[in-house]
Amino acid sequence: MEVKVERQIRTGLNGDEAVAYAAYHADVDVIAAYPITPQTIIVERLSEFVHDGLLDAEFIPVESEHSALSAVVGAAASGVRTFTATASQGLALMYEILYIASSLRLPIVMALADRALSALINIHCSHDDAYAARDSGWIEFFAENVQEAYDLVIAAFRVAEDKNISFPAIVNLDGFILSHSIEPLYIYEGQDVVREFLPRREPIVKLDPDKPVTIGALALQNYYIELKRAQAEAFEATPPYIRKILREYSEFSGRKYDFIKKYMIDDADIGFLVLGSTAGTMRHVVRKWREKGRKVGLISLTLYRPFPVDDLRDAVKGLKKLVIMDRSYSFGSPYAQLYMDVAATLYDEPEKPDLINVIYGLGGRDFNEYTAEEMWEKINRPGVKKIWVGVRGD
Amino acid sequence: MMVKSKYSHPIDDLLRLDRVPYTWCPGCGIGIILHHTLRAIKELESEGKINRDKILFVTGIGCTGRAAGLVKLDAAHVLHGRAIPFAVGAMLANPSLIPIVFSGDGDIAGIGGNHLLHAARRNMDILVIMVNNFTYALTGGQLAPTTPYKVYSTTTPYGNPEPPIDTAKALMALDVNYIARWSVTHLTKIKDSVKYALTKRGFRFIEVISVCPEIFGRHIGIRDPYQLYVTLRKIAKTRIKPSFGDIKYDWNSEITCGVFVDRDDPGYFDRLKEIGVTKK
Ligand SMILES: Cc1ncc(C[n+]2csc(CCOP(=O)(O)OP(=O)(O)O)c2C)c(N)n1
Ligand code: SF4
Repeated sequence: MEVKVERQIRTGLNGDEAVAYAAYHADVDVIAAYPITPQTIIVERLSEFVHDGLLDAEFIPVESEHSALSAVVGAAASGVRTFTATASQGLALMYEILYIASSLRLPIVMALADRALSALINIHCSHDDAYAARDSGWIEFFAENVQEAYDLVIAAFRVAEDKNISFPAIVNLDGFILSHSIEPLYIYEGQDVVREFLPRREPIVKLDPDKPVTIGALALQNYYIELKRAQAEAFEATPPYIRKILREYSEFSGRKYDFIKKYMIDDADIGFLVLGSTAGTMRHVVRKWREKGRKVGLISLTLYRPFPVDDLRDAVKGLKKLVIMDRSYSFGSPYAQLYMDVAATLYDEPEKPDLINVIYGLGGRDFNEYTAEEMWEKINRPGVKKIWVGVRGD
Repeated sequence: MMVKSKYSHPIDDLLRLDRVPYTWCPGCGIGIILHHTLRAIKELESEGKINRDKILFVTGIGCTGRAAGLVKLDAAHVLHGRAIPFAVGAMLANPSLIPIVFSGDGDIAGIGGNHLLHAARRNMDILVIMVNNFTYALTGGQLAPTTPYKVYSTTTPYGNPEPPIDTAKALMALDVNYIARWSVTHLTKIKDSVKYALTKRGFRFIEVISVCPEIFGRHIGIRDPYQLYVTLRKIAKTRIKPSFGDIKYDWNSEITCGVFVDRDDPGYFDRLKEIGVTKK
């Protein structure tokens, strides 16, 4: 696919700045956020865009993440385009409002600079926060690099605000690895360009004094379950619309986006499944391993929620082994989070690969070629089901 | 790694010297405030009025919060904003503890503001020392609820449009036993105030205006720590028993310091005893 460079600028930005530019180019109306590493640069840049008069938006520097998402919920309910960003403890503090936003079908977009949850205090990348949101009814995307972080934020607004979708969306970018790494990327010349892909939000329902409505009211045994069923059905019906928008965005940008990305998987015996920036590392590793004659391939998910069930079933066909890499841990569950999604996805398939769960990179522990080699050695031991890599003293 | 020094300092035994050098920037006021807090403990101990083993030193997240990892006391470095409820919980389980909450202005008055309000309302038997450097320093200088009006922050690049909270003054609306404010230029006052407060019951609040040359100083154009101290010295005016109306929190004219409240009402545990809930 050819990048349509006419109205795009080649520049260098870190992941946070790229996200800030995306929200700016998406012409958001209300931003509320609270600083937290490694997300802080996003809101700092946005506050500059607003105060410099480049972005005609309200920026509210609230007193906590709980207030940030609450304020954005209020703003989104009044019909405008809204954005927030957070990480780790901030997402945890937003937890109760996550469910409010999705149940009220408010198309908020949030950037999540993935970071490990305390304790111990750690500011580096784990996917704990991304996974914490997985049941809450938010659409979740994962960026592999800074370009994707920029593109996915813009696409996420179209997805969230689409009349057939109308759910909030999170764009995950790995803390520090992407948030603080400067990479070359294309950004649009400005809001006018992006507006062609992303017109103004047209709310289905909004708070309007002339046509009063009540939102978020009480529903007990009488209605709650019907409403949740309706919400579930609406969420499950989103994939075709999300796909259509990603295709349109691919056309618009000249960069290809879909639910999953595959690399050398078609003739592979052993596949690796990853989220986020590790896809870049693993693509390099897979290429090297192919040179050594190892028949390996890679699948990475751009869309994590709703889980791309059909795409994944299709992608793993022919694999003997699928190694599912989790950058988090689900204490007390049989396996970590991504593994369990995949196991459920493949359970009914007549032929499926053996599954192995790899836990790696928690709290920013580097995952590199050497860790990959350790992983290779461990997954080839007989009978392994769940392993940790990159752990000292192992 | 333990850094062996040929010099010693009177509060060395209250510090984890293996953590030296600390992460605080040169010229930062937090170390000075911690130093005088620890001196107060040390003096009380030598007077036989306190047992350091009973102290629980709780901090939230922030540059100030790092203190929990530096003191040789029972210490907890808890979530951002939650130092007060942690201390209250520990205290409820073990009323013989002497909880000291030591944290930043964003932590105590911003994200943790609700806890501050309700611990104060209950006249909860804890000492809160709030180090106020006017900004969220650890995350790099964003707007805090204490940031002076019109001052630059990285989230208000054209100056803060919001009037700040005068935390000490706001707490005066509640019946707490002790409220004082000092600045990092009042060394003896900090020590004496902490010493005095530690011998009292009920809710005790000491705000210390700090200097953060690295961020706040840079934001207001006074990057030099010495100049920042000199400036603060002029702004921080000590008044004896100031009335509510006299107390100011204005970086451009005066930040009133002194003891604002000093009474001896029953603390939370006294009230529990009074209604017969606890025997302790
Ligand atoms: C829930 C949550 N949100 C945000 C943060 C990020 N954060 C860490 S410290 C801090 C502000 C610290 O400011 P302050 O409390 O004034 O302490 P200082 O660094 O100035 O001493 C913030 C916002 C966090 N740790 N947890
Ligand atoms: S940033 Fe400011 S408050 Fe933090 S250690 Fe440095 S001088 Fe002190």
